Amino acid sequence: MEHYTMNLKLKVWKQKNTSSKGSFETFEVKDISSEMSFLEMFDVLNEKLINEGKEPIAFDHDCREGICGMCSMYINGRPHGPWHGTTTCQLHMRAFKDGDTIVVEPWRANAFPVIKDLMVDRGAFDRIIQAGGYISVNTGNAVDGNAIPIEKEKADSSFAAAACIGCGACVAACKNSSAMLFVSAKISHLALLPQGDPERKTRALNMLAQMDTEGFGSCTNTGACEAVCPKEISISYIARANAEFTLAALTSDK
Amino acid sequence: MFTSSVGKKLVMGLTGLFLITFLVIHAGINACIWANDGGEMFNKAAHFMGSSVVIRILEIGLMAGFLIHIIQGISLEIQNRRKRAIGYAVKLGNRGSKWYSRSMGLLGTLILLFLIIHLSQFWVPNRSHQGWLLGEELNLYDRMESTFKQPWVVLVYVLGCISLFWHLVHGFQSAFRTLGVSNHRYLKMINNTGIGFSLIVSLAFAMMPVSMHFNWI
Amino acid sequence: MLNSKIPAGPLEQKWTNYKGHCKLVNPANKRKLEIIVVGTGLAGASAAASLGEMGYKVKTFCFQDSPRRAHSIAAQGGINAAKNYQNDGDSVYRLFYDTIKGGDYRSREANVHRLSEVSANIIDQCVAQGVPFAREYGGLLSNRSFGGVQVQRTFYAAGQTGQQLLIGAYQALERQIALGTVEMFSRHEMLDVVVIDGKARGIIVRDLVTGKLERHFGHAVLLCSGGYGNVFYLSTNAMGSNVTAAWKAHKKGAFFGNPCYTQIHPTCIPVTGDHQSKLTLMSESLRNDGRIWVPKKQNDNRKANEIPEDERDYYLERRYPAFGNLVPRDVASRAAKERCDAGYGVGSSRQAVFLDYKEAIQRYGKIECSKHGNHNPSAEEIRHHGMEVVKEKYGNLFDMYEKITGENPYNVPMRIYPAVHYTMGGLWVDYELMTSVQGLYALGEANFSDHGANRLGASALMQGLADGYFVIPYTVGNYLADEIRTPEIPTSHPAFEEAEKAVAERISNLMNIKGSQTVESFHKRLGKIMWDKCGMARNAEGLKQAIEEIKSLREEFWKNLRIPGDINEMNPELDKANRVADFLELGELMCKDALLREESCGGHFREEYQTPEGEALRNDDRFMFVAAWEFKNGNNWDLHKEELKYDEVKPTQRSYK
Repeated sequence: MEHYTMNLKLKVWKQKNTSSKGSFETFEVKDISSEMSFLEMFDVLNEKLINEGKEPIAFDHDCREGICGMCSMYINGRPHGPWHGTTTCQLHMRAFKDGDTIVVEPWRANAFPVIKDLMVDRGAFDRIIQAGGYISVNTGNAVDGNAIPIEKEKADSSFAAAACIGCGACVAACKNSSAMLFVSAKISHLALLPQGDPERKTRALNMLAQMDTEGFGSCTNTGACEAVCPKEISISYIARANAEFTLAALTSDK
Repeated sequence: MFTSSVGKKLVMGLTGLFLITFLVIHAGINACIWANDGGEMFNKAAHFMGSSVVIRILEIGLMAGFLIHIIQGISLEIQNRRKRAIGYAVKLGNRGSKWYSRSMGLLGTLILLFLIIHLSQFWVPNRSHQGWLLGEELNLYDRMESTFKQPWVVLVYVLGCISLFWHLVHGFQSAFRTLGVSNHRYLKMINNTGIGFSLIVSLAFAMMPVSMHFNWI
Repeated sequence: MLNSKIPAGPLEQKWTNYKGHCKLVNPANKRKLEIIVVGTGLAGASAAASLGEMGYKVKTFCFQDSPRRAHSIAAQGGINAAKNYQNDGDSVYRLFYDTIKGGDYRSREANVHRLSEVSANIIDQCVAQGVPFAREYGGLLSNRSFGGVQVQRTFYAAGQTGQQLLIGAYQALERQIALGTVEMFSRHEMLDVVVIDGKARGIIVRDLVTGKLERHFGHAVLLCSGGYGNVFYLSTNAMGSNVTAAWKAHKKGAFFGNPCYTQIHPTCIPVTGDHQSKLTLMSESLRNDGRIWVPKKQNDNRKANEIPEDERDYYLERRYPAFGNLVPRDVASRAAKERCDAGYGVGSSRQAVFLDYKEAIQRYGKIECSKHGNHNPSAEEIRHHGMEVVKEKYGNLFDMYEKITGENPYNVPMRIYPAVHYTMGGLWVDYELMTSVQGLYALGEANFSDHGANRLGASALMQGLADGYFVIPYTVGNYLADEIRTPEIPTSHPAFEEAEKAVAERISNLMNIKGSQTVESFHKRLGKIMWDKCGMARNAEGLKQAIEEIKSLREEFWKNLRIPGDINEMNPELDKANRVADFLELGELMCKDALLREESCGGHFREEYQTPEGEALRNDDRFMFVAAWEFKNGNNWDLHKEELKYDEVKPTQRSYK
């Protein structure tokens, strides 16, 4: 792989805090190596800003290996940038070339208020999980791990749904700011397992109700969520959750 | 159940599928114009649709279906748009989804406009001619011939059918997803069927004014 | 002074006896007792959830935006458990023995045995929570081998085991939050422990969004704040992973155990330049099929594929014919460093070795071709089939490598280099996981207890969950049973006042330095000192230099640091400065500890103490103890030694030749 350096122009959303009004600011960075990750490019920019006596850009990040789900930049009109199945932290500067202008915005949805610059509050996701995204089993209550065999296909499908990292890219991409991919992945993860069966109905009803309360929009099956999901979670889980909901609503008195 | 966001979608899906069945019947009856008998068969069929009590009662259901689909659709579109107070400077656009899947509201509105024109040209005059009871109907075949003489009408109809096509391409498979079909094989089948269906129905409808205008029948 | 409180009786009865005799708290009293949990990784989330279920009033803190982000999530390989589902001779004793031996005989027998005992319960609990472990076609749990042990006891969920386990614990935690037994404070960082009359009674935290300091009372405080690998700047830890919570506890009286024990993982993606912010691990399983080599010629500039077979040095196979590429982590890491230091490294930085899959592709390709009945395959066909097999086994890792480096590992050998991965050292705790401060506990990677001088693969997840689900619910009750008469202490108590004042002062001191250097630049410089002189190989002279260098770096930090922004707002630079200031003190203690330990064991390799063949040389007569450091003042520490007694296992010298 040939390495190269590039000079870039960055248009980044700056916002002091939740209540203030934000705007775009333009920055320039020089001699960015194609081997850097996108966030390392931001590190370079922030170091430069601090050295110039300016405020650095605040952004969320932690593991920088694509699994914690904390990084959340909307880069050139796409959550997590141009690469498919990739989080912002795993996006590398090879994706850009000298002279490019890159526009970076925070996740936009009323349910994800901006905290500062590119950081948003995704507490709504935690509250949706609190509404039922679990199996009620106290520590020590468990039977032997092999007591209930689980069809491999179902276990695999459950795992594929459980791969969700809760980053919120699905919401950011959706024209309706719907959280259906996130919610349906959790509903499906647990509904596909026999352990999740006893609470299946209340879980679907309560989680979806909480999703509405949090102010997410409704799903119109456009598929944008699936296209940008860094874990490539299938939109068919949304259909699955719809079925779970309908069944629960028709058969449960809750 | 129907107040939640998934419930509302369910209403959209169910009414959508109901309207799709109506399209099949409507297209089937109208296709009689191509029987090459000077509209005899078509008028018979139209007469059956206009004079049977059962069908007239069902017609009320159809009206309800339309109204629910339209009102719910508009209200969902407005609600969903409100969920993002500050929009993006750069849009994801076609990189994430097909333009028509994002434009169901717009396409639906176009179809609604067409529908108003269409009803005012055929259904309203016919029913008012009939009165409340099952009175005598207009000769709809003749009415079609005269209406479709005007080029702008043909154009409006063709545009309406194009809107219908794109609306159906997304709506058909989306309805099944909303109803909970998640099996990948079936989804693929439904998707292909949907495209085929949309194409055939929209094309059939579009060809009616066109073929009359150019005197192909 | 050091009382490890190991219960009497035979090893395999200790935990059972403890559980049978420890004090209990009745349900009505539990509702009155408050417990603070700092950190929401496997240890913290599982502890908070379990204690909430039991009825305690729990408050949980994490610096991330959600408890689900904790770095346990990044663990790839798996979790060990002595289930013996594979009928291959595994048992609690064998897991215990492997862990003791893997730790190079520097861990506590009683703790490790307890860990092995509860390992099986962990799997049951996780399955019940809905953790989608890998399964066989019969629907039963699947196992794989790992980390050089002779049985298959590792449970896994593809390459995302840590993620799935953490989400299981996170869901249990969220359930308790919904039920109101646990109160969650995310984006909050603990900045001090409040000690009243010798007992931990609360913490001071900073709300990272508003910058405000808060006081929280608890009858007990649990630190589940992870390891301190980020003292090296570059490590496989998350960017936010830090020692601050543990370090504050240390300064309030908790002893720090074996700070020098650091695990360097051999298969990480190498550093590409000064911009590097973190390192990425490639699962250890890659060494099962890949061959590691460097060119025989120094400073060879040719591309890997241009170097002919007889000019390649498969140095692990050469040095360790018995184990070859599968030697333990510490051995593999040191061997790579030795080659690179001698000038045989590859890549632009020369700090990398090749991990080559060419032969594996050929081998698998031939097998596949003959399976398909093709006995005269072309080179093209062999390669095609071989690549398919490799893709199925390691596809996700190969993809990750390509994303980061831009090189296709199917065509060119991967470049790898060792990186800091885990810290076996941590807060000293007794058998009950209590530190040397009453009522202050440390769980998971934050404590020093179970891994000795080297951790085996797939054991970190096991320890975190064992501590949180199955150990602390008993041991904390044993302490709290005597606290039922302690009413909630108002946070207006002078001790809270004083602690908050000290924290506020330190923050304003940091902000008022107004120098010219960024936090990042200090952190990088500290990391370089630590890596060069207290990294994979250490020697007395280097360590002494490092101590002096760290001291002067610390001075410079407090004179010349620049933090932009204000205190009372979201200020990530200030957060970092708080953490790096603590790393600058910890680094010195690590070097002191490494200097003290005049032997080589596990992750601690002193160049002066090696066999003629260059292998680690333990000194059991002088150093079979835990070094527990007590903070005095400034940079003075007192050393306490906890002698390690081996009643069950007989320490031997490890050999992999």
